[in-house]
Amino acid sequence: MKIIVLVKQVPDTSEERTLDTESGFLERDPQGNVLDEISERALEVALRHKDSHKGTEVVALTMGPSDALKALRKALSMGADSGVHVADDALAGADAMWTSRVLAAAASAEGFDLVITGNESTDGKCGVVPAMVAEHLRLPLVGSLDSPGISAESVSGRRECGTGTMTVRAGLPAVMSVTERSAEARFPTFKGILTAKKKSVKNVALAELGLSGATVSTAGRSVILSVARVEGRSGGRKIVDHNGSAATELMEFLADRQLL
Amino acid sequence: MSNIVAFIELSQDGGPGPGAREVLKAASQLGDPIAVLATSSLSGSTVGQLAALGAKGVFAGETELTSSCLQEPEVETLAKAVQALDPAAVLVVNTTSGREIAARLAVRASGGLTADAVAVRKQDGMVVATRLVLGGTYSVDSTVEDGLPVITLRPGAFEGQARPAEPVVTSLGLKVDTRAAAAVEAFTPGADSHRPDLRTAERVVAGGRGLLSKENFVLVEQLADALGAAVGASRAAVDSGFIASGAQVGQTGVSVSPELYVALGISGAVQHRAGMQSSKTIVAINKDADAPIFDIADFGIVGDATTVVPQLLHAMAVRTP
Ligand SMILES: Cc1cc2nc3c(=O)[nH]c(=O)nc-3n(C[C@H](O)[C@H](O)[C@H](O)COP(=O)(O)OP(=O)(O)OC[C@H]3O[C@@H](n4cnc5c(N)ncnc54)[C@H](O)[C@@H]3O)c2cc1C
Repeated sequence: MKIIVLVKQVPDTSEERTLDTESGFLERDPQGNVLDEISERALEVALRHKDSHKGTEVVALTMGPSDALKALRKALSMGADSGVHVADDALAGADAMWTSRVLAAAASAEGFDLVITGNESTDGKCGVVPAMVAEHLRLPLVGSLDSPGISAESVSGRRECGTGTMTVRAGLPAVMSVTERSAEARFPTFKGILTAKKKSVKNVALAELGLSGATVSTAGRSVILSVARVEGRSGGRKIVDHNGSAATELMEFLADRQLL
Repeated sequence: MSNIVAFIELSQDGGPGPGAREVLKAASQLGDPIAVLATSSLSGSTVGQLAALGAKGVFAGETELTSSCLQEPEVETLAKAVQALDPAAVLVVNTTSGREIAARLAVRASGGLTADAVAVRKQDGMVVATRLVLGGTYSVDSTVEDGLPVITLRPGAFEGQARPAEPVVTSLGLKVDTRAAAAVEAFTPGADSHRPDLRTAERVVAGGRGLLSKENFVLVEQLADALGAAVGASRAAVDSGFIASGAQVGQTGVSVSPELYVALGISGAVQHRAGMQSSKTIVAINKDADAPIFDIADFGIVGDATTVVPQLLHAMAVRTP
């Protein structure tokens, strides 16, 4: 089975992240970028299948500027067999529609039985790319799985959906997205880091996918009109408790604000 | 006025789900709200409920496949509605299903997608959506050019109710192509909770790793019940097995902005704050005087939650208002 895992490089969330208030784009400091935690989990799901099924091929696919190569190398050191990197100047500031179109085209060009992706990235948090990729490919999406399962002919799993839990299944080929409740990602081994350097990473330009900056104008584009920094809040009263004495003061505070 | 498609997610009993009021309210701010839904058969009571919530039209795709075929009946109904109604925008509440449906529709209808809007308005003929990004530290206004705007709405962000209307009702038999859809094999309804829904609750009491055990976490639930609040949690509390994952608040959990948020034994990591810092009043109880949660708390108690909460519960019980 050939599995493509969509991976993304994102700014580390433990650092402060800033937006350029002119363009509305994330200011990306290449130093502070990491492979998204949810991408690592998606990769882990693929690698576990590979661990128990010889002959499984795992390809990490990313779209992003040249330094996104770092994220691919991390994926390779965890155990992916090869990488595909779609990089093109025309992709700067690509919205979800454009991104999903490019990822779908690149996945098609590479060929696959299954595409696995995180349900939402840490920086965008839109959670729409997996379904868009599936729609571009006209394939089923088994989306937002907490407990993904892969068999030779199908993929399945449980998803939470507000009113309860659903079990869903689709035959291959298909697109699967996983939540942060899925597999805990492994750490790269020393050997993994060494061999990652020798693994192949294919660079793909838009033209090779039959796409160009002009193709984007055939569909709706999301356009940013304005960006504003939201006033941060600051701490108020802080008291030290002695054996529960603070409870009375807290109750008075809540009563004052009509919150009891 | 232009038509605005308001996608109605159905609840388990087949009637309009909890997001119906919000999506129709938001749609009424942009034009004439048309409720669009996929159902096995459109009932008079559903039409009545949507009318009361302000639908000027009801457009239903009818198929027996709604419970066995994941999302395709909904996406196809929306695509048909877009063709028939030529709407200025499509609005969908940002739930697990809603956003996947919206995403597929945006591609199928060659539209553009704006995710997780907290406000929508019409400005110079454009449909403008406001989103809060990077954990609520920035607000971004955007529109869609050269295509149909498909907008997902943050649950709980739209208050009030549109004026009742007398809807024009259209229903059509739907042909569903099941090849590009997953099958639903089983459904287990969630435990029926007497507590308010976390996403839209006016009060939330949340607990973190500082509670140390599932037994202690009961204090969070007791305080929630005493305040009529929903129960929330940090990721560390969920990972420790104190509570189910649906309660997770934060960057990778749900975002809430209630009147009152009480954080017990939660340090206030940026990823947690991202999901709760727009709450109106924040109360924190934490042993560590330097915990970052105090930087955003309106009322902070440096102390042991397992001591303060029982005292608070007692004081509330004997209080005569
Ligand atoms: C990509 C990513 C996404 C994430 N998404 C989320 C998310 O959505 N939501 C989320 O919450 N986290 C998220 N996290 C995790 C986050 O970074 C923190 O690890 C987590 O929020 C910590 O939870 P906590 O505050 O319960 O635990 P801790 O940070 O361990 O804090 C426990 C606190 O309890 C206090 N304490 C201990 N005993 C007591 C007592 N008896 N009484 C009172 N206080 C006590 C301690 O002083 C401490 O401050 C994410 C992390 C990453 C990397």
